Amino acid sequence: MNTLTLGASRVGYEVKTYFRQGDSVFFTFLFPVVMLSIFSVAFSESSFGPPGDEISAAAFYLPGMLAAGILLSGLQNLGVDIAMEKSDGTLKRFAGTPLPVVSYFIGKMGQVLVTGLMQAALLILVASVLFGVELPADPEKWLTFAWVFLLGVTTSAVLGIAVSGLPRSGKSATAVIIPIALVLQFISGVYLQFSMLPEWLQQVASVFPLKWMAQGMRSVFLPEAFEVLEQGESWNLAGVAIVCGIWLVVGLVLTRLTFRWIRKDS
Amino acid sequence: MTTEYVVQVEDLRKSYGAFTAVDGVTFDIRRGETFALLGPNGAGKSTTIEILEGYRDRTSGEVSVLGTDPGRGGLDWKAKLGIVLQSTGESGNVTVREQLAHFARFYPNPRDVDEVIAAVGLEEKQKTLIRKLSGGQRRRVDVALGIIGRPELLFLDEPTTGFDPEARRQFWELIRSLKAEGTSILLTTHYLDEAAQLGDRAGVIAGGRMVDIGAIDEIGGADARIPVVRWIENGVLREERTTTPGALVARLGEPDGLEVVRPSLEDIYLELVGEAGLAAAATDTVIEGAAL
Ligand SMILES: Nc1ncnc2c1ncn2[C@@H]1O[C@H](COP(=O)(O)OP(=O)(O)OP(=O)(O)O)[C@@H](O)[C@H]1O
Ligand SMILES: [Mg+2]
Repeated sequence: MNTLTLGASRVGYEVKTYFRQGDSVFFTFLFPVVMLSIFSVAFSESSFGPPGDEISAAAFYLPGMLAAGILLSGLQNLGVDIAMEKSDGTLKRFAGTPLPVVSYFIGKMGQVLVTGLMQAALLILVASVLFGVELPADPEKWLTFAWVFLLGVTTSAVLGIAVSGLPRSGKSATAVIIPIALVLQFISGVYLQFSMLPEWLQQVASVFPLKWMAQGMRSVFLPEAFEVLEQGESWNLAGVAIVCGIWLVVGLVLTRLTFRWIRKDS
Repeated sequence: MTTEYVVQVEDLRKSYGAFTAVDGVTFDIRRGETFALLGPNGAGKSTTIEILEGYRDRTSGEVSVLGTDPGRGGLDWKAKLGIVLQSTGESGNVTVREQLAHFARFYPNPRDVDEVIAAVGLEEKQKTLIRKLSGGQRRRVDVALGIIGRPELLFLDEPTTGFDPEARRQFWELIRSLKAEGTSILLTTHYLDEAAQLGDRAGVIAGGRMVDIGAIDEIGGADARIPVVRWIENGVLREERTTTPGALVARLGEPDGLEVVRPSLEDIYLELVGEAGLAAAATDTVIEGAAL
């Protein structure tokens, strides 16, 4: 067995156990769908955007929820999941087997990719079928969607592995990691319209990748007329690629330096 | 040397801060041998085992496991080990069979999953999620995962905790068949009958020190094995150690409560550990005296 085939078998195992864990299915998989539905119903009478180009609440919130899904499936899910596995002895058991660490990571990344894709598909489906959101017809938009999603989900997963070392115990994992994810969602234009935030808060959010993932998703799903609302009045896809790329590298380096199967002597 | 001995430990020490948990332990395990590490709670058994497994760093001393320093063991080295830890607590969202089939893939030459499931007696539970198993059944999964990779050297840290008597007998059979295949085993247990059944040699450790070490039927010395004759005389319990109990009994005739007892491993162990406790208490007093 080499590292890659073992990694592939880990993906199957990880996806299977993910869906058997009731709370992860609700809080990471279905959460964005639930939020999208709530916003769509609550603001069903309102319209969003510049006069003449108004869109429904569902259309307006879809990109943000897609970005939130990427963050939840990667950073939040893996951050909590791995911290739990550290404290409940799962990783200690692996440490005593010839399973390569890289195969374990492939399994986790694969789990995030598979569940993230299913989640995005479900979100788009619910938005278009239940709430009548018009989807882009231009294939180029879908190409943008593909790379923003892949880069976003990979970055988010790697950062999840990196932050899993923060909580001191499995019990505190949700208490440490969920607030990080929540604050990011609030300042990055997921729940609150980004252009309404004060300038300084926008600057702070721009340091983190979620703002850029949401922006990339807006460039795919919102009409052209919305572009002027962005920082610098541009979708700035190069910025999306650069900031996410930097965080991806930061996450990889942190993981390489800090990840251990176990804390020795504990 | 390295092929003859699967484990070599020389003057091993381990401190947690100011507290010394393992204090100069020395022992070897030959290939194919089952070595039982015995001792009271907190004696340092798990600490010693986990150092050999590569889980903990040692403070000092020499350790070699299958010719490798456990602190530096790679994946090839781990592929030759089987590990059953004292405690585990995974969430267990997979079935017994799924878990074993999955772990089997980690190893170059794994055992057959069905055989292993049968060997630990979980045929009827193989499609049950591990989290839905009883405590003893989960423990059997731990044992199954320890042997699935066909290890050369198997570490068993209190493997039968929570086993019912029948499961324990079945486990003994399993270990005997592993021994027959040539597997070397390091076992800790608080069941002295288990150690007597399975062990070739034993080491007794107390307070981090090796109190005695030797073949399972010689440990404690010949004197500790001298039979004891007990009887009641004028309402008082009397006992006498003698190498000729028959002669003594013949002389006594038919007193009340007559019995001849050959000390079990448990009796010998309790004596050894008791002596070690007394010795430790004595040194403590000396130290206290010195402080005054
Ligand atoms: N991580 C740790 N930090 C501090 N002290 C520790 C640690 N692990 C073990 N100890 C101490 O070291 C001593 C030996 O512990 P160990 O777990 O090796 O005992 P043991 O012989 O396996 O006991 P048991 O039969 O109860 O399993 C104990 O006094 C314990 O409190
Ligand atoms: Mg122990």
